[in-house]
Amino acid sequence: MDNEKLKRELFRPSKAAKQERRGKFISFSALALIVVAVSAIILFVTMKGLAAFTQNHVNVIDFFTGRDWNPSVKGANGQPEAGALPMITGSFLVTIFSALLATPFAIGTAIFMIEISPKRGAKILQPVTELLVGIPSVVYGFIGLMVVVPTVRTLFGGSGFGILSGTLVLFVMILPTVTSMTADALRSVPRYYREASLALGATQWQTIWRVILRAATPGILTAIVFGMARSFGEALAVQMVIGNAALMPTSLVSPSSTLTSVLTTGMGNTVMGSLQNNVLWSLALVLLLMSLLFNLIIRLIGKKGAMK
Amino acid sequence: MNAKTSNKIAVATLYLIALIVVLILLSLLGYILYNGVPVISWHFLTAPAKAFTAGGGIGIQLFNSFYLLILSMLICFPIALGAAIYLNEYAKQNWVTALIRNAIEILSSLPSVVVGLFGFLLFVVYFGLGFSILSGAIALTFFNLPLLTRTIEDSLSAIPDAQREGGLALGLSRWETVTKIIVPAAVPSIITGVILSAGRVFGEAAALIYTAGQSAPALNFADWNPFNISSPLNPMRPAETLAVHIWKINSEGIMPDAKAISSGSSAVLVIAILLFNFAARFIGRRLYKRLTSS
Amino acid sequence: MLVNPSHAVDPSKERHIELLSDPAHPVILETHDLKVFYGQKEALKDADLQFNEHEITALIGPSGSGKSTFLRSLNRMNDRVAKVTGEINYRGIDINQPDVDIYAMRRQIGMVFQRPNPFAKSIYENIAFALRQRGVTNRHELDDIVESSLKGAALWDQVKDDLNKSALSLSGGQAQRLCIARAIAVKPDILLLDEPASALDPVSTSQLENTLLELKRDYTIIIVTHNMQQASRISEYTAFFNMGRVLEYDTTTNIFTNPQIQITSDYVSGNFG
Repeated sequence: MDNEKLKRELFRPSKAAKQERRGKFISFSALALIVVAVSAIILFVTMKGLAAFTQNHVNVIDFFTGRDWNPSVKGANGQPEAGALPMITGSFLVTIFSALLATPFAIGTAIFMIEISPKRGAKILQPVTELLVGIPSVVYGFIGLMVVVPTVRTLFGGSGFGILSGTLVLFVMILPTVTSMTADALRSVPRYYREASLALGATQWQTIWRVILRAATPGILTAIVFGMARSFGEALAVQMVIGNAALMPTSLVSPSSTLTSVLTTGMGNTVMGSLQNNVLWSLALVLLLMSLLFNLIIRLIGKKGAMK
Repeated sequence: MNAKTSNKIAVATLYLIALIVVLILLSLLGYILYNGVPVISWHFLTAPAKAFTAGGGIGIQLFNSFYLLILSMLICFPIALGAAIYLNEYAKQNWVTALIRNAIEILSSLPSVVVGLFGFLLFVVYFGLGFSILSGAIALTFFNLPLLTRTIEDSLSAIPDAQREGGLALGLSRWETVTKIIVPAAVPSIITGVILSAGRVFGEAAALIYTAGQSAPALNFADWNPFNISSPLNPMRPAETLAVHIWKINSEGIMPDAKAISSGSSAVLVIAILLFNFAARFIGRRLYKRLTSS
Repeated sequence: MLVNPSHAVDPSKERHIELLSDPAHPVILETHDLKVFYGQKEALKDADLQFNEHEITALIGPSGSGKSTFLRSLNRMNDRVAKVTGEINYRGIDINQPDVDIYAMRRQIGMVFQRPNPFAKSIYENIAFALRQRGVTNRHELDDIVESSLKGAALWDQVKDDLNKSALSLSGGQAQRLCIARAIAVKPDILLLDEPASALDPVSTSQLENTLLELKRDYTIIIVTHNMQQASRISEYTAFFNMGRVLEYDTTTNIFTNPQIQITSDYVSGNFG
């Protein structure tokens, strides 16, 4: 080949080089868009969430410790009654109870699936859990309304709406997710751990308890925190069964509320920019911060697990 | 108690737990289908809902659910594909990439009600889109983006690097290599991921009640001009979806057959998601076969 | 032939040759002080080699000796993962500089890899699609190139009736031939082959070697191989790599029958590596 021509060809930016630049730009823009979206959500919710404190001068401490939620009424101290403690308590209670209930069932089922009877696990349990992960939360809420609430009413009296019903609905809702994530964690324990332990004469249960569960602990913790994050953030399923009374829960079967339930019912009934509306956004901010916290915990567990 | 006995007890307990869980999950499915399927009829699936009297259907809500799903997928898929390509093919391992991955992780863990409220604030109120299909589709896009991005990224990273080198060695740019070799080879698993995420979007309600709205105005199914207000295709009309409908009639419904309608709607939702699941597996396998044989 | 015979007695020193200036086979590619760093690690130290047009040069040496690193640097496939310094002169043009368009360069210097990597497309498309990307759209022209490339890689007779079949259905040997056909379809000047036969059975390997001997009439071939017999059967020149250095470079005959360095002798006779 003529050397000059070759030189020209090698030093002239080709069509491929141009396409490369354009493609890189396009794909980066898409990624940047997601980052912008995340930042916008955090920024807007934070701004709106702080408005109640900065514009309407709601006292931050009263907001977190006050037990009376009735923002359109002024309390004894001349401040609007915007105590979010009942909702925060409600959210934490249903989250913790549902996680406490789901954890043993999820771990037990996952162990059964992976260690005791892998055949039946793969054939029945895994498809069923995977399918139920995809069931919409309103369906869980509806079943809660039809089955759980009447049952609670019959057994414990009262209306049947309340923390207990919310807990039970969330328990069933997060069970498939936590189970399948726990199963993933167990599955990732290397085979030779089991073989080494069994070869030393340990029984199957000793192997599971002392070796496999230890090794899978970070993964199982992640699964539980993930389930808690879902419980805490779930709106409609809880809202349908909790009773929606913005009162401090006095018992597990008294009508109560959560951050999400007040948000879903209240947002449509208040005027944008009003105090009543702004305090709702403050609840949304609490929800957002909690979700960031769960995210951080999961990250820390992951880091610790990786170090081991 | 010796090791053998405790082993027996433990294994028996595990059997019991697994049995309880299976019973809970199966009775859940059974309850939905047993109560819901008898309600389903052609009339139920196509007739408009009635507010105060019995005998209404879910036709408009069902249409809305599908229309919203398709619209949000049309917005979401290109963004997720682009982002996944950048993350998997271009991004270097450094703190910027780590930060971006964190941001995506955060978006995926946000409660959908927060995403919905943000959509309400920005699109419904500030941008003046009102309660509309478009607002709803954008909210669903935010809700769906992180998961879809991760699914596509996983599909891309499953294609061996040898394929990339093969393209580059022919003098193709990385972009050409990715779009013409890697993405086509990943199509089966990308499609599977898209359909599975479609199932999730289809059942989502919390992100929609304040974006797509809670009302389903009558539609004229003879008018397909998207600029007409009663046209099913009009993206600016409010559109209650099936999932929102279930929530709505149970929270404040006053029709006498709310329970039957909810049962039927729940069954339709669950069956739709079952179908999405099976379709995802089936189509994925089919495409893979076509790719590897004649 | 030896530049400096005194090196022969000192095995720690490298020994290089100037290629015979042969008007029929002028030097087409040469490297000067080529160094490759993976992070802090220097994987290749000062490689100076020359390659003659229309001849086969074999790069041999134990695993991790830097021969594949060297080969992959020649068409800058290492750009993203390593730092490559020094000159790579291709027909007198240093292609190891930033303003060289790597895509145009790689169309001159093609590559075939260790594991066959056919694309998940039809056999026809495996060859045709890169051409189409570069503006060859005429169906007849494409048909012609596909046919001649497959013939060049000695695959045509086996697949001419199955051109629309998925390339993933081919056997290992056939798939590697397809990769060669794909590489020569864009009409490169030089073909780099990175242990192309290591995943193939003996029959496919010997077929591949015959194909390479045919191809050298039109292409300059540089091949990394672990297989001593292969190097001695097909190449004119052989370079011996060890620990990131080119220790000896000579005619293949000399390397295999009269190596000047003990370590080369040990390697080619199978005493280590």
